[in-house]
Amino acid sequence: MTSLYLQSNNCTMEIRRDVFQAIADPTRRAILSLVALQAMTPGTIAENFDSSRQTISKHIQILNECELLHQTQNGREIYYQLNPQKMKEIDNFIEPFRKMWEDRFNKLEAIMKNYKK
Amino acid sequence: MERKTKLTAEENKHDILITREFDLPLELLFKAYEESEIVAQWMGTKVLKLENKKHGGWQFETSDPSGNVVFRANGVIHDFVPNEKIIRTFEMENSPFPAQLEFLEFEKITDDSSKLTMHIVYKSVELRNEMLKSPFAQGINMAHNRLEEIVKNLK
Repeated sequence: MTSLYLQSNNCTMEIRRDVFQAIADPTRRAILSLVALQAMTPGTIAENFDSSRQTISKHIQILNECELLHQTQNGREIYYQLNPQKMKEIDNFIEPFRKMWEDRFNKLEAIMKNYKK
Repeated sequence: MERKTKLTAEENKHDILITREFDLPLELLFKAYEESEIVAQWMGTKVLKLENKKHGGWQFETSDPSGNVVFRANGVIHDFVPNEKIIRTFEMENSPFPAQLEFLEFEKITDDSSKLTMHIVYKSVELRNEMLKSPFAQGINMAHNRLEEIVKNLK
């Protein structure tokens, strides 16, 4: 049962350290593509979106937590740029597929531990 | 946590191998595949049909929280030997992917542990790769193309 339950593009705002969760969100992917070109302040990033600055700031926070961004301070401003090293990790495209099965099997194991033979 | 689930996908081949060792007796592991209510729990899907016998059929259906069906898959059970093996096909409905063939082998390791080996055969190398990428591709669209180039340049 291979491709059931692809994760939906939900825009959860909780902080996740799972890099694949981080890039599953379209807004966050758009942010990554912006900062791939040049270092940008949160304000400049937010100007590219209709969402509130606060929303964008949360997305940046998540990307930062996942080490997808490099942060540099220039005077008062903080600049964010893509951390290409981390993107390389994502390049191992098989990992999410393996993890999908791992999650299912973990669940199976947990459920069956409650059953008696 | 250590990686208990291993996935092998050799280049230019149209199959994959998934193995997993469970801290469960063989009988319990197999039961998780045999009983509809349990399958429904760990696969997170509704089991519409599960006929565990030669020439039997199965059908799963998944809905989103508002009740819309987001996924439906079906297949035929080719062989079913309790605590030993299941051979079946898998086909996602309303998708460009054709049926795939799945060989599931269940083995006892000790009285309290067991192993599952899933060998999945796809129609072509391309389709296999598409399928492998699907959870990943979900997270990738045009925005990624640019990123992909950056990643490539790192190699």
